[in-house]
Amino acid sequence: MGLAFVPDQEMLRRIREVGAVYTRIYLLRFPKEITDQPIICQLAKQYDTEFNILKATILPQHQGVMVLELKGHKSNVNKGLKFLKGLGVKVESLATSISRDEEKCYQCGACTGICPTGALYIRRSDMAVLFVPEKCSGCGLCVTLCPVRAMEVSLDRNGTLPD
Amino acid sequence: MKDCKVNKTYEEINARIKAGEAVVVSAEEMVEIVRKNGPVEAARRVDVVTTGTFSPMCSSGAFINFGHTTPTLKAASVWLNKVPAYAGLAAVDIFIGATEPAEDDPLNKVYPGEFRYGGGHVIEDLLAGKKILLEAKAYGTDCYPNRKVKMDVGLDDLPYALLVNPRNCYQNYNCAINLSDRTIYTYMGMLKPHGKNATYCSAGELSPLMNDPYYRTIGLGTRIFLGGGVGYVTWHGTQHNPAALRSPGGTPTRPAGTLMVQGDLKTMSARWLKGVSMQGYGTTMAVGVGIPIPILNEEMAAYTGVSDADIVTQVVDYGFDYANRVSRNYGEVNYAQLKSGQIEVNGQKVPVAPLSSVVKAREIAEILKKWILERNFFLTAPVVPLPSAPGKK
Ligand code: SF4
Ligand code: SF4
Repeated sequence: MGLAFVPDQEMLRRIREVGAVYTRIYLLRFPKEITDQPIICQLAKQYDTEFNILKATILPQHQGVMVLELKGHKSNVNKGLKFLKGLGVKVESLATSISRDEEKCYQCGACTGICPTGALYIRRSDMAVLFVPEKCSGCGLCVTLCPVRAMEVSLDRNGTLPD
Repeated sequence: MKDCKVNKTYEEINARIKAGEAVVVSAEEMVEIVRKNGPVEAARRVDVVTTGTFSPMCSSGAFINFGHTTPTLKAASVWLNKVPAYAGLAAVDIFIGATEPAEDDPLNKVYPGEFRYGGGHVIEDLLAGKKILLEAKAYGTDCYPNRKVKMDVGLDDLPYALLVNPRNCYQNYNCAINLSDRTIYTYMGMLKPHGKNATYCSAGELSPLMNDPYYRTIGLGTRIFLGGGVGYVTWHGTQHNPAALRSPGGTPTRPAGTLMVQGDLKTMSARWLKGVSMQGYGTTMAVGVGIPIPILNEEMAAYTGVSDADIVTQVVDYGFDYANRVSRNYGEVNYAQLKSGQIEVNGQKVPVAPLSSVVKAREIAEILKKWILERNFFLTAPVVPLPSAPGKK
């Protein structure tokens, strides 16, 4: 599984809050003392966040690595992260990058109605639907809305997860 | 038309096409030509106006004959890539409908469902040259003893494949909003509560039936661009409603006329027939249609000169009214306003997004123009006209 992440600051800076629900993907490194504890369940219960484990691995030295998607109110997600850090978990935010498959996109414009940052917009002079990756916050709303799945999410940039 | 200043026949226009002398412009270009020169002069100068539309069009599908197997089979149930096709026609004739989801699709169980694959995608995959898994079950007869078939088929393996869309090319459509207090997922896309966004689905001035509002030239037998190939109008479509309310210029201000169209699938392309997944609604197919309109007289020039600002539609609530068939609207807007990205509903500014591609509609009008200019495409006079508005033959 080629799950990878984007550690550079520029990408992280681009991640912004979008609406009330906040979805972010994190790379967590668990110290070996706590890899056997149900930390993620506590996180979900106590901080009212939804989670989705995208990848989990125990490394040879018993350190745990997990790629986790967290969804909830921004303040809850942040409190949850504080809780993790308090337990000695190292937390790194992963930027998702969104790209458009130009072959698939048929320039309908449906996505422009829901894109909260204006990364997808219509040039009114000719009604062309344009995508500006620099403005994209990675919220993912366009991915399931696009009728032909032209918007793609990937975590793939620099470096891969240790297997 | 007896009292017209300009009178051309289909034969004369086709002769000009053949001689390489025909003047062909797109419906967008015609707006300016009529505005500058007036309809009479425009009718003298222009022979054909090309139109186009590319958007999700339900009521689309294909008749397929998949050929006889050995031993022979009279299929009772058929699946194409797990999408059920209708088999109650004959031994190996089926119809695959665009809105049929794959049988194992979770549908709206996890709401809003994604509807990743359906009949429209099967048609697109066939056109893209992919092999499709065909599975059939039968009860067995003396002449058709086979009970079960499983095989991979490509478009080339099929003896016959005809795209048949019983309702395409809606002449105008609603602008959708949602006045309820929850987000809804409709065939008009995702609509936020309290009327916070709106969607619409027409190419406006480029759209075929907007340029021939009373179906003077578009009728049974009209040759058209269909899915990247050549097709024909073969009837009026389901829900065809010529009696809908109209503006003084003739264009309807409500959903009105529709077309039934068909053509050989093997001449078409995956670029112009695309499987579509509407979140929370289902699968369907985006269909590209382009219709040439002969400028027989100044009346046709005036019709094809229609601009976005002249074409009006109603704002309809999909949160309650549509599902409960409440006949009510929240005002009217024109396509110039819709294409500006913002409309006003109940005194509030609402962002509005299209579902119909203007870029692709324009491309279709240009392709059709090229076909005609290259003398590969000639116009046909309708064999029978479509039912038109009362008093408008
Ligand atoms: S919704 Fe999809 S197909 Fe339509 S313009 Fe956006 S990316 Fe392109
Ligand atoms: S993920 Fe899609 S909807 Fe969200 S900001 Fe980026 S382009 Fe816009």
